[in-house]
Formats: sequence, C-alpha cells, structure tokens
Amino acid sequence: MTITLSEAAARHVQKSLVKRGQGVGLRLAVKTSGCSGLAYAIEFADALQPEDIQFASHGVTLLVDPKSLPFLDGTELDFVREGLNEGFKFNNPNVKSACGCGESFGV
Amino acid sequence: MALLQIAEPGMSAAPHQHRLAVGIDLGTTNSLVATVASGLTRVLPDDDGRMLLPSVVRYTDAGIVVGHAAQSAQTEDPCNTIVSVKRFMGRSLADVDASATPYALVDTPGMVSLDTRAGVRSPVEVSAEILRTLRDRAEASLGGDLVGAVITVPAYFDDAQRQATKDAARLAGLNVLRLLNEPTAAAIAYGLDRAAHGTFAIYDLGGGTFDISVLKLSQGMFEVLSTAGDAALGGDDFDHRIADWLRQQLALAAPSAGETRMMLARARSAKEALSSAPVTKIALTLDDGRSVSFDLSREQFELLTGDLVSRSMAPVRRALRDAGVAADEVDGVVMVGGSTRMPQVRAAVRKLFGQEPLTDLDPDQVVAIGAAIQADVLAGNKPAGEESWLLLDVCPLSLGLETMGGLVEKVIPRNSTIPAARAQEFTTYKDGQTAMAIHVVQGERELVSDCRSLARFELRGIPPMVAGAARIRITFQIDADGLLSVSAREQTSGVESHIEVKPSYGLSDAQIADMLIDAYGKADSDMAARMLREAQVEARRLVDATEAALAEDGHALLTNDEFVAIQAAMYALAEALEAGDDSTKLKLLSEALNAATTEFAGLRMNAGIRRALSGTRVSELQS
Ligand SMILES: Nc1ncnc2c1ncn2[C@@H]1O[C@H](COP(=O)(O)OP(=O)(O)O)[C@@H](O)[C@H]1O
Ligand SMILES: [Mg+2]
Repeated sequence: MTITLSEAAARHVQKSLVKRGQGVGLRLAVKTSGCSGLAYAIEFADALQPEDIQFASHGVTLLVDPKSLPFLDGTELDFVREGLNEGFKFNNPNVKSACGCGESFGV
Repeated sequence: MALLQIAEPGMSAAPHQHRLAVGIDLGTTNSLVATVASGLTRVLPDDDGRMLLPSVVRYTDAGIVVGHAAQSAQTEDPCNTIVSVKRFMGRSLADVDASATPYALVDTPGMVSLDTRAGVRSPVEVSAEILRTLRDRAEASLGGDLVGAVITVPAYFDDAQRQATKDAARLAGLNVLRLLNEPTAAAIAYGLDRAAHGTFAIYDLGGGTFDISVLKLSQGMFEVLSTAGDAALGGDDFDHRIADWLRQQLALAAPSAGETRMMLARARSAKEALSSAPVTKIALTLDDGRSVSFDLSREQFELLTGDLVSRSMAPVRRALRDAGVAADEVDGVVMVGGSTRMPQVRAAVRKLFGQEPLTDLDPDQVVAIGAAIQADVLAGNKPAGEESWLLLDVCPLSLGLETMGGLVEKVIPRNSTIPAARAQEFTTYKDGQTAMAIHVVQGERELVSDCRSLARFELRGIPPMVAGAARIRITFQIDADGLLSVSAREQTSGVESHIEVKPSYGLSDAQIADMLIDAYGKADSDMAARMLREAQVEARRLVDATEAALAEDGHALLTNDEFVAIQAAMYALAEALEAGDDSTKLKLLSEALNAATTEFAGLRMNAGIRRALSGTRVSELQS
C-alpha cells in the first residue's frame, strides 16, 4: 500500500502549510458523489484520527482513512500548471472511468 | 482533467458544486461569457457551438430576439433591430450622433432611449437582454445558479456609463462582483501577472471602440500606468469605408435603410475575408432588382482605411507619454479585439513598438477569459493565499473641486490608481459662514468652466467662525468599479455631508480626448488665467476683511491719518478689482494694502486679547 506526492506537489503543500500557519499534514479522501460516482477530496489535516493510515512523501505527512485507501492505493498526487491554471492532479491507477470534467471518477 | 485545490478540514466542495461565477465581455459588437470550471478557463458556447453572441437585440411582435437571429434581421427591420447599443449607454441624446443611426431616438432624462415596436426602451434595458441571454447560456451549461459575474467595460467608461452597465446587469438578474476594465482583463487572461516584472501595452481594437493601456508589473503586482483611446474608432469604421466605396461604385445617391444595412453587412464580411485572403468578391442585390458584384483587394482596402489605422496611433503615443514609457521599453504588446486580425493593424503596431505583438489567445475571447479568472477569484473559489494578486486600475481624468474664483483644486489627479481615497482640507471664506457649496468636477483644465461638472452638494451646519477657522475635510473615494463618492466633514463640529456621484449622463470618449488635448494645448493660458483668478480672490478677500475691520475697530484704534491711509490703499485695490484683468497690478496693490494694515492688525489682536481677558481674574491667570 502506498500513496506518494510528486516533488512539485510536496513543495506546494509545504508552502501552503507554512502560509496557513498550522496543520499536521494533508488528508486525502474519496467521497461518493459526482456524475461518475466518486470524487477526490484534499484537505489540510489539523489532527490525526485514530483509524488514519499515514504515509510520508518528500517530508509531507499524508493521512488517509481506511475506507478511501483501496481507491487511492498506488496514487501519485501531482501539482501541475495547465495554461493559466494550476492545481493538484491525481495519477490514480485504479480509475477506470472519469466524467468529462474530471471532477469525479469510477473504479 | 480537473485541477484540485486544498480545502480546509471538512470543507471539500462536492464536485460540480463550487460557486459558479462568470466573466462577461459585454462588447459593442459581440458579447461572450466565460467561466473557470474545474480549474480550467473556458468560453461557453451556445447550443450551436458558437462562442460570440452578436450584441444585437430585435423587438418583434412575437417577442425579443437576441444574437445571430437578430443580426440577420438587420436589413429587413433596421428600426427595431438594435446594434451597438453600448454606444448609447449612459449618454444623453445630445451626446450621440442621431443622424448616424436608423433608430427613433427619444430624448429621455438622463439617458437617450429608443422607440421600438415594443415601446420606448432605454439602452440599459437593451443591454440587459444581451446579459440575460448570456446568463441563461451560462446557467444551462453549468447547471446551476450563478453567484455573480465580472463584467468588463472600456477603460474610458465614465461614472454614468459604468453605472448604466451595472444597472443593466441588475436588470438581467446578475450579481455584479466587479466591473473590470477590458484591457486589464486581457492582461489577466495572458497571465502577464505571472511574469516577474515588465511593462505591457494592451491594444484593443474592437467593433466600435479603441482602447490602449500601459500596464506595469512588479513584484507580482499589476498597475495600470495609463489608458487612452478613441470611442469613435473600431471595425465598424472599416465597414463604413467599404460601404462608402460600394456606394460610389454603384453611384447610389440615397440608398434605402435596407440597402445601407446590406452594404454594411457585405462590407464586414469582405473586410473579415481580407484578413486572410488577398482579394474578395462582394455581391449585392439592390432594391430595384439589380444584381452586382465587385472585387476588392487587400491593397485597395488598405488604401481606403489607412488613416483609420494611423488614427489609433495618436492615443497609443499619448498613453506611452502619460506612462512615461518609450515605445521600445515596452516588454510586450497584447492584441485584443476582432479588428486586430487585420494584417495592416498588426503591421502598424509592430512598427510603432518595434516588436511582434502577442496574438496567441483568440483576440475575441481574451477579455472574457480574463473576466472569468477574476470572477473565480472574487467568488471565493481560490484557496486562501492564492487570491492575493492585486490589480490596480486608473481613473482617466482628474477629479477635483471648485474653489473660490472658479478655480479647480484637483483632489485625485488623472491616472491615479483606483480604488483610491484622498482627502484635502478646505476652509471657510467669509466670517460666520455656515454652509459650503461643494462642486465636484472632472477634467484637466484650471478653470471650472472648462471642466465637466459631475455633482454639487452642500455642507450645512458649520458653526459660525471667523473666515479661515473652519477645517473642512473633503474626501474623494473611487471604488474598484471606478465609481466616485465624495464626503465633507467639518472637523471641529463633526457635521458631515455625503454624495454618491451619479452623473445624469456620461462624458464621451471623444469629449475626454478633446478635454485632454485642450488641457495640453492650453496649459500656458490656463496658468495665466489661474494667476489672475488667484490674484482676484486674494484681493477681494483683503478688501472685505479690511472693510470689516475698519468698521469694527478703525475709529477706536487708529488715528485719523492712519485710518485714511488704510482706506486709500483699500479703495485703490477695490478699483483695480473692478477694472478687472491685470494680475500684476492686483498683486502690487494687495501687497500695499497688506503693508498698510500690518500695524492695525497687531493693534486689533492686542485689543482682542484684552477683551478676552477682561473677565478673567489675575489669580486664575497665574495658576
Ligand atoms: N477576421 C477578421 N478580420 C477583420 N476584422 C474582424 C475579423 N473578425 C472580426 N473582426 C471585426 O472585429 C470587430 C468585432 O470585434 P470585437 O472584439 O468582437 O468587438 P467589440 O469589443 O466592439 O464587441 C468587428 O468589427 C468585426 O468585423
Ligand atoms: Mg471588446
């Protein structure tokens, strides 16, 4: 079981955490909703939950709840610039289908 | 693929549920709507995949038609098919050239209206139809209600025109997050704010307006150094040149309204074709049934319109001069507006700046894209810390107040960055003055009569004091949309008065340009006029004060000789004031009167102190 950050993503997370002034790491989750069934969530984490599974990548702590983990195993979270916009992108080997806009996906 | 952002704990938005906000380019010729969805900026097409919505509204017996369908009815129903309504926004009948339009214009208070089949309609209502169409398009395509929109306006739009645009949006059920200058939006679209630093020029030649802006970027901050333009220059003028040429070829003395519309429509297609082809064919069928066709070459077209292209260069030079930037110091030139597709326009810009202009983004879409990016930020869709870029716009003309003698005191100088707030202190001019008339003016000239009056209001309830003792702080505030409010406050008593400046009609760009040219040309004579007025004001003040002082204390404090000497100096000055216009003489006589009264003033002051102390016991003074 593994989840990783690209270097660019790690740099951005670290910068954001410093700017925010608090937080123990980044929480990644998968929620049920959206037109293709599942959707990603990325949030700052202020506290560890008892059931959390932790990963470390480029010095950043990643927290994932056990229900989300199967959908995220093997994922690399990248931070990219596309034209005028920038943001996080999930490179997730589990995804079989995604909706047109890419905000939700199926496995 | 969506680009995701980090959310606060528990705050991740469900997909497709972020706050829907759009950017709208409400153009003279074409309008567009764009949005940032899933981190990507895109222009929203209509059901047929077309991005541009012609800014045309037609009133029919069956209802209102907007866009392409309305545009194609132009020829058959010109009076009820409103094109280029943006030209009428915030303008009175006197401001517009009624002979140049087929409409039945009505002189309604504040703003001109159009008499249509559906009744009298204001430009605000017509514009609202365009905005409503775009709003419907956006809500259908995004699947939800919009939280708001950023709407772009030409940099030169004055208060009345901006207010009219906001009113149109409100009428269309849109919440206006911000009005944004079109060139500024273009700069955002090109992501110029991501460069480290630089100076950029935005050259926007649309269908009906021309705008040039010089922007400076430093430390991630954008500043609009200057703007200039010509509201009566655009692609339409190129169409008219071809139409005029056609009329000459046909020897048509008085074409019908329908023929004129048809020739203009064909002229526009020919012009657009010539941007990519060296020659084009124009075919026409006249009212009398004649069918004719002409070949027009790019060379011929460039000859017909050469002066139009050079006309845009004067505002460019003015903007560069205002910004204090040489043409070769500009790091990039952005081309905006459909008319910048014309090769001769690109060539002229290339020549003036000595570099290849930027044309990567579609010149039609640049403004809407920039507006969408700003709308996304203003709607709060960017995570904290990333919305920090700051955009500064400028006000195109100085704003000031009328002071004594009809002189203008500038409070916010032209090209100041906005939003802006500036305050200045003024005082009363007469003893016991309890009210002050505040006259807000706009323009570069020294005399009120040469500037434009924006608003008047009064500050009442000033406690009676001697002249010059009241401290009245007048604050000018221009909000981010470029709208002005002015407040006045007497500092010792706290009485206040306030006005939102909503002029009943607008200043045309041509008027602004004229006023600027005027100001540059007349700087010397203005200074002379200003000196004279100042000398007159000062002299009047001295005469009044001396007269009052003599009446009050003259006989008590002065010998007869002294009294007569002061009176003589006072009469001499009063006479010179009557005679009028010699500022040197007024100054000399004022100085003489000042000298003659110095001792008297000292005596009066002592007497005043004695009077003030007369009720006070010595013991109190010593403690
Ligand atoms: N290929 C082209 N060549 C020349 N002019 C063009 C071309 N495409 C569009 N235009 C002109 O661009 C103008 C409209 O530009 P636009 O930026 O949409 O205007 P506005 O900002 O005034 O709404 C019209 O005069 C149109 O004829
Ligand atoms: Mg435009």
